[in-house]
Amino acid sequence: MAKDEFREFRLVGTRPDRPDGLDKVTGRARYGADISAPGMLWGAVVRSPHAHARIVKIDTSKAEALSGVKAVVTRADFPTGLTGDEWDLQENTMAGDKALYDGHAVAAVAATSKLRAEEAARLIEVEYEVLPHVIDVDDAIKPDAPVIREGAADATVPEGMPPNVVRYFEHGRGDLDAGFAEADLVRENTYRTEATHQGYIEPHACLGQLGEDGKGEMWVCTQGHWFIRKMCADVLGLEKSQLRVTPSEIGGGFGGKTTIFMEPLSLALSRKAGGRPVKIVMSRSEVLRATGPTASASMDVKIGMKKDGTLTAGRAEFRMQGGAFWGAPVDMALDCAFAAYKLPAVMHIGYDVLANRPKAAAYRAPGSPMAACAVESLIDEMCRELGLDPMEVRLKNAVREGDRSSYGPKFKSIGLVETLEATKAHPNFSAPLGPNQGRGIASGFWFNHGGETSVTIALSEDGTVTVSAGTPDIGGSRASIALMTAETLGIPYENVRVNIVETGALGVNEPTHGSRATFATGKAAVEAANAAIKEMCRRAAVEWGIDPEAVEWVDGAAQPAGPNAGKFPPMSIAEIAGNMGSTGGPISGHHEGNLGGVGASFGCHVVDVEVDPETGRTTILRYLVVQDAGRAIHPAYVEGQYQGGAAQGIGWALNEGYVYGEDGRLQNSVFLDYRVPVASDLPMIDTVIVEVPNPGHPFGVRGVGETGITPPLPAIANAIHAATGARLRHLPMNPPSVLAAIKAVKGG
Amino acid sequence: MSKIHVTTTVNGDSVEFLADPRETLLDCLRDHLDLTGTKEGCGTGDCGACSVTLDGTLVCSCLVLGIEAEGREIGTIEGLAQGHELHPLQRKFIEHAALQCGFCTPGFLVAAKALLDKNPNPTETEVRYWLAGNLCRCTGYDKIVRAVMDAAEEMRKEAV
Ligand code: FES
Ligand code: FES
Repeated sequence: MAKDEFREFRLVGTRPDRPDGLDKVTGRARYGADISAPGMLWGAVVRSPHAHARIVKIDTSKAEALSGVKAVVTRADFPTGLTGDEWDLQENTMAGDKALYDGHAVAAVAATSKLRAEEAARLIEVEYEVLPHVIDVDDAIKPDAPVIREGAADATVPEGMPPNVVRYFEHGRGDLDAGFAEADLVRENTYRTEATHQGYIEPHACLGQLGEDGKGEMWVCTQGHWFIRKMCADVLGLEKSQLRVTPSEIGGGFGGKTTIFMEPLSLALSRKAGGRPVKIVMSRSEVLRATGPTASASMDVKIGMKKDGTLTAGRAEFRMQGGAFWGAPVDMALDCAFAAYKLPAVMHIGYDVLANRPKAAAYRAPGSPMAACAVESLIDEMCRELGLDPMEVRLKNAVREGDRSSYGPKFKSIGLVETLEATKAHPNFSAPLGPNQGRGIASGFWFNHGGETSVTIALSEDGTVTVSAGTPDIGGSRASIALMTAETLGIPYENVRVNIVETGALGVNEPTHGSRATFATGKAAVEAANAAIKEMCRRAAVEWGIDPEAVEWVDGAAQPAGPNAGKFPPMSIAEIAGNMGSTGGPISGHHEGNLGGVGASFGCHVVDVEVDPETGRTTILRYLVVQDAGRAIHPAYVEGQYQGGAAQGIGWALNEGYVYGEDGRLQNSVFLDYRVPVASDLPMIDTVIVEVPNPGHPFGVRGVGETGITPPLPAIANAIHAATGARLRHLPMNPPSVLAAIKAVKGG
Repeated sequence: MSKIHVTTTVNGDSVEFLADPRETLLDCLRDHLDLTGTKEGCGTGDCGACSVTLDGTLVCSCLVLGIEAEGREIGTIEGLAQGHELHPLQRKFIEHAALQCGFCTPGFLVAAKALLDKNPNPTETEVRYWLAGNLCRCTGYDKIVRAVMDAAEEMRKEAV
C-alpha cells in the first residue's frame, strides 16, 4: 500500500476505546505478580550491602535447615565458561567472585511462603572482604581509580587508557579547527546529569518453572519475552526452544524491562526444587538498587557560532558510567548530540566507563536526554550572549530532508522544521510572563527502530480477525495495531482482536523498545493483512471461475476488478470466512522480517517556569510538547507518550537522581526519597502532533515513545536561566542547587 | 508464627482468611483472597497502587496489617463496578486514555472515588493534591486529571 498524504482514513487517526481497557479499569488484567500456580514456591534474593567486595564465603546451611525451604542457589549452580555479553548477564544475575555494587545478588532461596523465603534469605551468611569502590564517572575515569575488572576493555580502547574505560568512540567529519576559526563566538562548557531510574510502578515479577529435563516455562512482566527466553537460556545453558515464555500485562518499562534480572534465579531455584514453580517479586528497593537505571554523564561541549546564528562547528566529549559492565549509552548520546543541526564540522569523542553501580539498562531514548541537556543548553547560552532568538537560531540551522546528519547518514523525510514552525505558532510560545518567570525551549531527537518482527493474522469462521503479535502492549499498542489491521481489511475496529502471544507462537520478536511497536508490529500486521486479502481474493476468484488477478478487495469484500472481469456481487469477508472450510481450509496471513523504513523523529518543547527566589523551588507553569509522529494512528495514545515523556524529563531535570553515600551505598532506594513527579507537581501538558508521514511505513508512522524525554532537561535549564539569570549545568536542578546558583549570580 | 483467623467484609461479601500477623492487608487481599486487582508498587506507602477503603477511609493497604481487617469493611477495585455497569470513573478513564500501562489505574480509581464521595465538585488543584499520593510514571497525569474532572461532572449532572 503506497503512502498518500491526502488519503482520508476510515479508522486511522480516530480514538476508539482500547481493547484491553475494561480489563485494566476493573483490576482483572493480570500483571507479573498476579499469577500463581499449583505447588508454587516463593523466591527471595540475598543482595550485597557493599559497593565492591570479594565474596569470601557463603554459608547457606542455616537457611537450608529451615522448614519449608526447598532450594538455595548461588553462582556455583550456574554453568561456567560463558564469555562476552552472556558472561555479563550471568554475572549481573548472580555475583561470582566479587559483588560489584550495592544490591548485587549473591544468593537466592525458594520456600513455601513469601515470609519463609525472606526469613531464609536473612539466614544466609555471606563473608565479604570489602574493596575500594568508585561511584562518580569523573572519579572512575582517573588512571588510579579502583579497578573494577581487569581486561574488560574492548578493542576500541587504545593502549594506555585508564583501567575503567571499556569502550572508546571517536568519529566526526569536516575541518573542526577551520569551523571554530570561522565562528564569531566559540564557547565550551561542562554539563553533568545524574543516573535516574525508569521508575515503572510495577516491580519486576516472574513465575518460573524448570524441570531436570531442561524444559521450562515462565510468566513474566517484560517488554520482550524472546529476549527473556534467549538471555535466560544463555545464562543457564538451556536450549532456547525448550523454554516457553509468556508475557504478562506490563506495568511500565521505559527500556528497563528489556533485559533479565531475577528471572534466571526463579528457573534455577525451580530446577533445584524438583521443578516446582517459583515466583519472585522484587521490592521497590530491590528495583532501585539492582535494576535499571540509566547512566550518569559528564559532558564537555564546544560550539562555534557566527553573529547571525549560523553554526560552524561542534565538538562533544562525553564520559558516561553505566555501572559495573559496559553499556552506558555513550555511542547513542554522541549520535544524538548534534542531530538537529546542519554542521559543516563535527567531532564526537566518548568513553564508556565502569563504576560500582548497577548495570545500566535502556531508558527511553538512551543517551539522548543527556546529550540534549549539554548541547541545547550551550546553544541557548550562546544565543543569549549574542542577543539572538533561540528559536530562529534553531530554524536557521535545522536539518532537512537530504542533509547529511551529524552522525553520518543522510536524512530521509524528516519534520524538524515543521515541528519548530508549529511550536512558534502555538499560543504558549508567546504567553505573557510575570516576575521570576522564564521560558525555555529545546529540541530533541530519536532515531526510532524497526527490527525483528513476526506477526500472524488469522480469519475466524465469522469473518472477524485475530492478530498474533509479539510486542507487549505497554501503552495502548493493541489499539493502534487493531486500527491499522481493520483499516487494511476494511472491517470494523471491534472485529479485530490483538493478542500478545507467547514465544512458541511466532518467530523471534524484538521487544517493545526503540519506539517500534506501532511502527514495526503495525507494518507487519498490515503486510500480514495484505497476504490474507490476497488469499481471500483467490478464494472468491475460484468460486466465480475468474482469474485471481481480476479480483480486488474493497471495503471488506472481494469484488470483480472491472466490468471485463465478470459480473458478481461482492463477496464479504464474513462469507469467505464462513465457507473457508470447504474452499481450501483456514485463511491466515503472515509477515516477518527485520523491518526497515524507519523514520527519525524530532520534537520541540516550550516550558514556562517560576522560580521562588527565597527557596529556589521551580514551579512548572506551562508545558508544551510538539513532536513529529509521522502519522498518529490513535492520537490519544500519541499525546499520552508525549506527556509521559515530558513528565519523566521534568523529574530528571528537577529532582530525580541516584544519591550515594561515602560507603558506596544507594541512599535513596524508596519512592519517598527517590521522588518522581506527582500530580500536584505538574500542570496540564499541552501537545501538538505534527504529521510528516514516514514513507517507510504503510500509514506513515515514525514511532513516538522516546523523543519526548529528551528536550525537558535543557528546556527547563534554559527557562530557569531566563527566570533567574543563573545557569545550572548540573542536574538535578533541585531547590538547594538553584538557590546556590542564584546567590552566586547575585554575589558575582 | 501461628496464623490468626480473620473475618471481614470485602466489597460487601463476608470473607474469612488465615493471616500471619506480619502479613499486610495487601498481601492478604492478593495472596489469600485472590483479589489481585490491588497492586504493590512500593510497599512503603509512597505510590498508592495498593489503595483500598477501610470503613470508607482511603488507605494504603501495604501499611495496614491483614489482622487489622477483622470486623471491618474493605472496598477494592474489584467492587467499583456494579455488575456490568462500570463506575463513571472507570468509563472516563477508558474514554480519556487515562491509562497507558494500567498498573497504577486501580489505585487511582479507588482514590478518585474516595475524593468524589467527599467532594463531588473538586477543582483541578484539589484533584491534583488529592491524587498526589498515587504515582503514575506513564501518563504525566494530564489525562487522569481530565478523566476525574469529567467523571465528576457527569456524576453531578446525574445527581440532579
Ligand atoms: S504499595 Fe502501598 S503505597 Fe505503594
Ligand atoms: S499508566 Fe502506567 S503507571 Fe500509570
